[in-house]
Amino acid sequence: MIVRILNEGQWQLADDALSDLNRLDDAVEDAVRTDDEAELSSALEALLAEVRAKGTQVPDEEIADSDLILPGADSTLDDIRELLSTSTEGLIPN
Amino acid sequence: MSGIFSRMSMIFRAKTDQALDKMEDPRQTLDYSYQRQLELLQKVRRGVADVATSRKRVELQGTQLSTQADKLTQQAQKALEMGREDLAREALSRRSGLQQQMTDLQAQHAQLQGEEEKLTRASQRLQAKVDAFRTKKETIKASYSAAEAQTRINEAFSGISEEMGDVGLAITRAEDKTQQMQARAGAIDELLASGALDDPTGTAKDDITLELEQLSSSSDVENELSRMKASLGAGPAQSTPAITGSPAGAAQPAPDAGTGYQAPRVYPEGQPQPNAGDLR
Repeated sequence: MIVRILNEGQWQLADDALSDLNRLDDAVEDAVRTDDEAELSSALEALLAEVRAKGTQVPDEEIADSDLILPGADSTLDDIRELLSTSTEGLIPN
Repeated sequence: MSGIFSRMSMIFRAKTDQALDKMEDPRQTLDYSYQRQLELLQKVRRGVADVATSRKRVELQGTQLSTQADKLTQQAQKALEMGREDLAREALSRRSGLQQQMTDLQAQHAQLQGEEEKLTRASQRLQAKVDAFRTKKETIKASYSAAEAQTRINEAFSGISEEMGDVGLAITRAEDKTQQMQARAGAIDELLASGALDDPTGTAKDDITLELEQLSSSSDVENELSRMKASLGAGPAQSTPAITGSPAGAAQPAPDAGTGYQAPRVYPEGQPQPNAGDLR
């Protein structure tokens, strides 16, 4: 499984790392839903730290698409809402 | 993964698929994509240069603000020596305004430096991927069948297009930060101009400097007067005391005799003028 952290690069992770990531992803989602900037920042940092710790970085010259894309560590609530709003448009082609 | 971020990956993919669908000839897809990659690479490099320029401007302003703050400290010191606490207070309150700006500038500088590093890194990553794509492109072009080529193109294209999407976001973000910074830099420039800091001739002076100079020239006059009186042998009781340390009331501004400017003399026409060095 390849995970991209926006603005940082890609990491190769074993598929069984997914359950831990799912738990951390839920925390990020909660923070976005409850508008909690501090919680978002710590949840996001935990999620990204897990990816960096469990994964091996994909070399720059390797071209591969990711199974999962995560926002950068210093993303704010606004940044994430903006990313999601563009993604809603993209999800419904035309 | 059911979270919101798996939706983000789907978006990136949906965009790639849309772009791919528009292409009929696989070779056209490859060349078109490679062209776009090169353009994006140029754009990232320009982005790095823009952020670096903004960072340098912030650094320059920081230096100017700190020079201005030092000057205000010296003015406050001088005003106190002359017994003008009101002037000293004014100088110090202006300095505290500048210090707030300096703190903000430092935060902004750190932010720009962060963006610069990220963009530099993005530029390296994209460069490596673009080089790899070029090699892959030639291999794919040599493929046996169009169907085989199409599969490999899809693989290469989705990976590179994801990278381009990521880098594109980074550039937009850096542009936003740079614009915010520039609006602020304009305001600081105005602040600095009001202190006449940038005047290279040093002729324009702020109000505190002017008042301090008037004080000091009037005290020079008093000193000179008392020195002359003393040398004339007048009674010591009649000599005026030096201004330093005297009550505030004694420090009245006097006509500015200290600068030594003389109006040029006018000579009757036809008469040879003396050495031009006379005229400053």
